[in-house]
Amino acid sequence: MTDAPILKVVDLSKLFGGVRALHRVNFSLNPGELMGVIGPNGSGKTTLVNLITRFVKPTSGTVFFKGKKISHLPPYKIVRLGIARTFQMVKPFYNLPAYKNMIIPLYSPRMKQLASGRYGDRDAVALDLLEEVGFERDAFVAYKVAGALPQGYLKRLELAKAIALDPDIFILDELFSGLSLAEVATIVPIIEKLRMAGKSIIMIEHRLKELFRIADRVIVMNFGEKIADGLAAEVMASEAVKSAYLGTEAD
Amino acid sequence: MKKRKERIDRGIKVRSRDIFALCSWREMLYLAAPRLLPVVVCLALPLFLGVYWQKVLLSVAVFALLAISWDILAQTGMVSLGQALFFGIGAYFAGALNHYFGLSPFITIPAATILGGLVSTLLLLPVLRLRGIYFSMVTLIIPLMLVRVIEATKVFGGTEGLSGMTPLPSRWLELYLILGGLLLVLFGFRRMMNSDYGLVLKGINDNDRSVINAGINIYWFKIQALFIGGAIGAFAGAFMTHVYMFVGMPVFALDYSILPIAAAVVGGPGTLAGATFGAFLLVPLSEALRGFGGLRIVLYGVFLVVFIVALPEGMFHYIQRKYHQFERWVEVEND
Ligand SMILES: Nc1ncnc2c1ncn2[C@@H]1O[C@H](COP(=O)(O)OP(=O)(O)OP(=O)(O)O)[C@@H](O)[C@H]1O
Ligand SMILES: [Mg+2]
Repeated sequence: MTDAPILKVVDLSKLFGGVRALHRVNFSLNPGELMGVIGPNGSGKTTLVNLITRFVKPTSGTVFFKGKKISHLPPYKIVRLGIARTFQMVKPFYNLPAYKNMIIPLYSPRMKQLASGRYGDRDAVALDLLEEVGFERDAFVAYKVAGALPQGYLKRLELAKAIALDPDIFILDELFSGLSLAEVATIVPIIEKLRMAGKSIIMIEHRLKELFRIADRVIVMNFGEKIADGLAAEVMASEAVKSAYLGTEAD
Repeated sequence: MKKRKERIDRGIKVRSRDIFALCSWREMLYLAAPRLLPVVVCLALPLFLGVYWQKVLLSVAVFALLAISWDILAQTGMVSLGQALFFGIGAYFAGALNHYFGLSPFITIPAATILGGLVSTLLLLPVLRLRGIYFSMVTLIIPLMLVRVIEATKVFGGTEGLSGMTPLPSRWLELYLILGGLLLVLFGFRRMMNSDYGLVLKGINDNDRSVINAGINIYWFKIQALFIGGAIGAFAGAFMTHVYMFVGMPVFALDYSILPIAAAVVGGPGTLAGATFGAFLLVPLSEALRGFGGLRIVLYGVFLVVFIVALPEGMFHYIQRKYHQFERWVEVEND
């Protein structure tokens, strides 16, 4: 690709007390690319996401978005620039109907910046977006309180909240975990649609089979370090990855 | 500018759950009654009360305002233990403007409302990032500190306070001003808390990371909520300065911090109406218990505990639930 990278991570590190959660991680993401991030439990994947979005302050290292340094900005400003993430642990507003959960992202200043016309009738836009991620309109699922929805719908709600922000980069933290194969099969086309629209995507996943079907490229984390970076097939063949994953690939 | 098409019926259909098909006067009354009740009570009650109970009603309205202010902050995730701060700052602003500049109450009260809101917000700005109990502790301590500052520096009359304030023109105007203010605040801010803006405020309390993740600066929204809560409390304080025709250190007393919380909790937090209801219950009760002298606080405490144990959801939620379950007898057709 000839384009300059949309996201560039340089020597990103994080120490929690004495724990080296992330150590000198480097990578760049090209526009329109879908990059997978894999690695055993506790290898620093979520920490990487938290550092890029600055929900957690890096100990050292820099992040560039479209060539500009963003690692000193507060998290809400990073979102406004166009990086949206989902949380591994979904945390909807359990006592509100699903579509009301969408109001907060639709209230975002980013909507006004984009002048996307998405700030007309928020309730209506919320329903449209939920329909896009598979809340069947006729079944009235979108009107149910979030607390009554199964995990599959909550994950899709989490994705819809990110889509509502119309970001340039999506960072999806274990979107597929806890879902059945059938549920994953309904979400994959949504992600493919986002790619078609030119979005760049970083997917943290434990579900390797599903990930490798859609990812352009994969990086592998182990003990807070990046141990491999490349095409899915190449990465899985490398010795370092095999030993890191030994016994942990059970799920 | 990018545009998108949108079906016009969409919004209507979304909200059609809140649109009712009313078929009879009975049904209309059923919906209107809970909204009319506070209006009727506030407007009609003074006419049936003697001077003493009119003063109690005035005090009810003041504590209801402080309880509403507490509830708005609590719903935004800021549990204040220092409503006296807002009350006291408003009271001193009105007092100072009247005493030093001779301004009429119709200027000092609105001015003290705005300035009180601003100054309270500025005072709490440095601790806005503190969470939970740490924020609460600071709100508890600041009014106690201000008392000592006034004592030590002898500003605003020091321990003597400032007296000889201009009273409001008449007792009736006084009463209806505060009751009108209460109704406006109650209905106005209930509406606000139910709007999309209110949803963002409540979202900060529920799950602040999710709100940040929408690109929303939660501190800016907390500042706005703090200003609203501060201004409501300052309004109550400014008003009382002109009722007592005096302002002094007692305006920072713990009563103004504790009683509003009790009212909101007993009445049912999270609705503003519950906070108001709680004040209507607790303030007269505390007056009625005056006859018991020293035991008053004990009885009051017992009452609070019994209430909170028996109805942890708060009176308002309980009544609301029962009201929605109202049934009526209908004749069964015989054939
Ligand atoms: N807030 C924190 N305080 C202290 N240690 C932390 C914190 N967050 C993460 N860690 C530690 O950092 C390391 C990396 O955690 P992280 O959550 O990034 O892993 P992960 O790859 O996302 O794991 P999983 O696959 O289970 O989600 C772990 O050892 C974890 O215990
Ligand atoms: Mg993780």
